[in-house]
Amino acid sequence: MLADALRTPPAGLDEAFALIDGLDDTLVHGLARIDEERAAALESLAAAFTGSPLAGRVTDSIGKIIAGTVADEHLAVLAGARVALAGAVHDALLAGLDAALGRSRAEWSTPAAPPETGPLLAGVRSWLRELAIAGWRGVDHEVAGGGAQAVQALLAEPSGRRLAVLLDGFAAELRSSAPVATLDRIPVRRWADLWARALLLAQDGFPATGADPVDGRFLLLGVDLHEHPTVFRAQAHGLLETPGGAVRLVRASVAAAKVDTISGPSAWRMLARFPVFRAALAGRRAVEITGMPLTAAGDLLWDEACAVIGEPVDPFAVARVRLGAAVASPTHPLDRHPAVIAEPVLLEGYTTGPESFDLGGVTVTVDSGRLPEAGPITPALVAASTACLGLLRWDAGRWTVQPLAVQAVVRKKTVVAHTGDWALGPTEAKAAKAEAAAGTAVEVLTERAGRLLRR
Amino acid sequence: MTIEGAAAERRSTAPVIAPVRPRKLAKVPFVELSEGRLQGVVSSGSDVERVYVSSITAGEHGLSCNTNNNRPCGGLSGGSRACGHLRALADAAVAQYGLDRVARYLKATLPDDSDDLWSGLHTTTAPNRAAEVFSGFLRHLAYLEVPPTTEPLPDLQWFPAAGAVH
Repeated sequence: MLADALRTPPAGLDEAFALIDGLDDTLVHGLARIDEERAAALESLAAAFTGSPLAGRVTDSIGKIIAGTVADEHLAVLAGARVALAGAVHDALLAGLDAALGRSRAEWSTPAAPPETGPLLAGVRSWLRELAIAGWRGVDHEVAGGGAQAVQALLAEPSGRRLAVLLDGFAAELRSSAPVATLDRIPVRRWADLWARALLLAQDGFPATGADPVDGRFLLLGVDLHEHPTVFRAQAHGLLETPGGAVRLVRASVAAAKVDTISGPSAWRMLARFPVFRAALAGRRAVEITGMPLTAAGDLLWDEACAVIGEPVDPFAVARVRLGAAVASPTHPLDRHPAVIAEPVLLEGYTTGPESFDLGGVTVTVDSGRLPEAGPITPALVAASTACLGLLRWDAGRWTVQPLAVQAVVRKKTVVAHTGDWALGPTEAKAAKAEAAAGTAVEVLTERAGRLLRR
Repeated sequence: MTIEGAAAERRSTAPVIAPVRPRKLAKVPFVELSEGRLQGVVSSGSDVERVYVSSITAGEHGLSCNTNNNRPCGGLSGGSRACGHLRALADAAVAQYGLDRVARYLKATLPDDSDDLWSGLHTTTAPNRAAEVFSGFLRHLAYLEVPPTTEPLPDLQWFPAAGAVH
């Protein structure tokens, strides 16, 4: 059943991506230069919305853009249309996967919390408009750096953090690629994804997600690590056993600002303010939760004051016994996109191939690019594995599995490795030595900051 | 830029920035390839309160080196022969990004058998950029003072942590 879902794309997937690709290609050359072919692609996109609530606005905005008027409101609709299409693909992929896994998922029903607005967003929209007009090929050093001031302002505002983190990662890629005109290959879909998401987040009135306090026991399944030059984030996937007996699939994450020279295992040092979180990961321990906010999208808003470290619990045992019946959470409607799908699964009884698992009936590629340097799992361990706790993800037309933990047999001994094992520092001697050397980067930069900032 | 192959063009999580290599930061705390320059900050050997702000332009290979208080570096003294700070900057950049990436960015053509960046640079003098670069360094340091966050940040699904080079 899982094999079928992983092998068979949902109906309409290729058609949806043909429309997305058409829009993405216009962003390569810029909205200031729309030739007939690209105008036709945008018109097909508009036609696809016929009969939907967005139809009028999409047709109108695309008409204006083709005619040469590129105003913020038109771009917002263009980005919204792309997000809607990607959202439909997300829903179809996830519905197929849920059915195959027998996973039940709550419906999205939460009313949006009051939106946040800010004068800072106008600066962001203006840069995103400049990018869309210039096109990726028109991005030079000046255009790439044009968002820097807006990002710095957003970073200083707690409510601007999400957009600031997204824009900072996006802008760093543009800066490192500028002048883009000289590149052989452009990450066309990726940059359009990031641009469209940023543009929606930069609208006044983007709905915030509400959260309600919960009690229960958090049981770790695995940890996923995210990073770009100025952020490091650990996102734990786990189960929340609530006092009423219900079991929910949830996430909890902690993120720190950093700089590019702090990377690899020493990046964990930036999360020093979360001792309970790190100890739970490193020791694979349960956490007793009291009154911690949980969003409708299944994200615990981690608060160390609401968390008490508990007993060690084996994540593989948790997955074997409890994952099957856990209720998953819906994705926030505006966040739906194939790239946000990260479904925890336990895989066993497979045959390992070159960077892949043969599950019987389907071969799933192992996403080795998502085995972080800050954790102990290596491609060799994955290749020797007999069981894997991982995230099923979808990108570039196929499903992949990202290992978060593996059980393997190495020299006739059973070895277990989890991404979070190094949360309090590498447990392996060679990596620990390297971390100790690299970790001085944090001290050196902090010392420099102390002497040179605020002058 | 590390994107390779046609498939990567239609991949949401195509890697774009190659992770930087670990290096010692005490002498050269900050290096970047930005705004058409290799630029950075070199700690003074004699005064902990002072740093030198050094840069090399791409293409022209124009050199500039000044203190953070905008005094010209005595070693470079407005000339086109690299001072110790510029050499330290170039060494740090090669350690951080690799020789190929630095040479490509600066549009330096190295002799076939050379692993010395300077053999591919035809240096000239360049205008003083110390103020811009130094404020860039301060912005860089300011990240260390941004508080951590526990927001869900769904967009980070596009940014997997730097891959293992085991």
